[in-house]
Amino acid sequence: MSTVAWITARGLFGRRRALLLLPLPLLLIGLAALCRAAGVAPSDWGVPVLVGLGLAVVLPVISLIVGTGVLGSEVDDGTIVHILTKPLPRRDIILAKLGVAVGVSALSSAIPLFVAGWLADSVGFGLALAVAAVVGAFAYSALFLLLSLLTRRPVLLGLVYILVWEGLLGRFVSGTRVLSIEQYVITIADKIEPTTLLESKVSLPVAVIMAAIFILGCAIASVDRLRSFSMAGETS
Amino acid sequence: MTTVNLQNVSRWYGNVVAVNDISMTLNPGVTGLLGPNGAGKTTILHMMAGFLAPSRGTVTVDDAPTWRNPDIYRRLGLVAEREAVHGFLTAREFIEASARMQKLPDPKAATEWALGMVEMKDAADRRIETYSKGMRQRTRVAAALVHNPQVLLLDEPFNGMDPRQRMHMMELLHGLGDQGHTILFSSHILEEVEQVSGTVQVIVAGRLAASGDFRRIRRLMTNRPHVFAVQSSDDRRLAVALIGEKSVSGVEIDATGMTVRAADYGSFTRALPRIALDSGIRLRKLIPSDESLESVFSYLLEA
Repeated sequence: MSTVAWITARGLFGRRRALLLLPLPLLLIGLAALCRAAGVAPSDWGVPVLVGLGLAVVLPVISLIVGTGVLGSEVDDGTIVHILTKPLPRRDIILAKLGVAVGVSALSSAIPLFVAGWLADSVGFGLALAVAAVVGAFAYSALFLLLSLLTRRPVLLGLVYILVWEGLLGRFVSGTRVLSIEQYVITIADKIEPTTLLESKVSLPVAVIMAAIFILGCAIASVDRLRSFSMAGETS
Repeated sequence: MTTVNLQNVSRWYGNVVAVNDISMTLNPGVTGLLGPNGAGKTTILHMMAGFLAPSRGTVTVDDAPTWRNPDIYRRLGLVAEREAVHGFLTAREFIEASARMQKLPDPKAATEWALGMVEMKDAADRRIETYSKGMRQRTRVAAALVHNPQVLLLDEPFNGMDPRQRMHMMELLHGLGDQGHTILFSSHILEEVEQVSGTVQVIVAGRLAASGDFRRIRRLMTNRPHVFAVQSSDDRRLAVALIGEKSVSGVEIDATGMTVRAADYGSFTRALPRIALDSGIRLRKLIPSDESLESVFSYLLEA
């Protein structure tokens, strides 16, 4: 593990913010287990729990907390300067930060999605959701990492993307789905293990290519942005 | 020998000009960057450290640009004004992380050396968030020094330090300057700059108001009379003799001796021994009393 990744991971788990990672996965698993134990048909609870909670909330919100935390907090409190005053290629810094963000987000969302998918349908469906969640974690993390370099309010903008763009516009304006990571995740999971619980709204090539564009585009833009990182004169 | 060069550097934010056409060269040794709050010191330091692009002009360290050039940090260390540190790490972890990111061959040895330089070995295994302001500052200086950079830039480095720590930091900067490092530190506290460095770059309202040894700068201010405190075996007789000297513009006598105002530093200091000798008066004290950095600085601000 690189020193940058080590400091990032220590910083992430050393903050109270890390506790925010726990409730959502537990809620997802708990609800799925409760429905299963109560004998409710998966067709009745699968969509609201797996899509409405798992893919529309747990995955993006965890990625938002982690993705903005790995770099945004250091930019906010100024500790990023200690890393930037080292002769490290900015690409390496972004890759280390992105690696930590993807790793933590993927683990925190893929495991509960796997368990919930397994309880709703089968191990295969659970695995499909987990794989799609990992792809989603990559795309969301890259996007939120970039946001933390572009704006001083990355969490707010990230929430606008999740709630307004994906949650609201994505439901009613079909054209917006091409730029919706949630839709890529649904499509990828549905194509790996087709069930009646998921409904793809974009094609697989679109999902894969657009996810790749999100990941690479945001990562490259982050590297470029970090190369030009500026500190304003604060007092004098 | 590493030098930092600013060539016709300006920096503006929208319509506000923060730094206006500054050229300077920092040579090995300790230089103080002096100016009132809001003068543009931090903006200049940030441009030197590669954290701000000049709107016009060039900033280089030995001909290599500092902006968008991470390789420069092999030769350059920065202690920024903002007291940001990874508080969840211990000082030893923090400094060793810096050494590893610098890709030093023996990060642990470099860490111990840097901890020793700032006298932080005893507390090195405590988390930084438990430190006093001065200890944090020393930890940041150690992290900036761990790769023994040729250029060290410090923004208000004495903030939060107690007098003993302050003295130690001054000795450390002196020592590094004597070893051939190029050190620039900013401060708005005149006594600090005066004690650490004779060479100053004075910034006023974004412009370079003066540059060089502040005592020499004072002597070049020929439009202001030079003030000397003089004591002799017969102050009154010496005062009468001095008032006839062309270079003297005023003499005051009080219980402690005389205050002499001279229009020309060189003429007066050459004339005084001759006048005293001719008058048979013994000189006991001759001290330029407005050669302090404070006087120079206030004159520059008024100009």
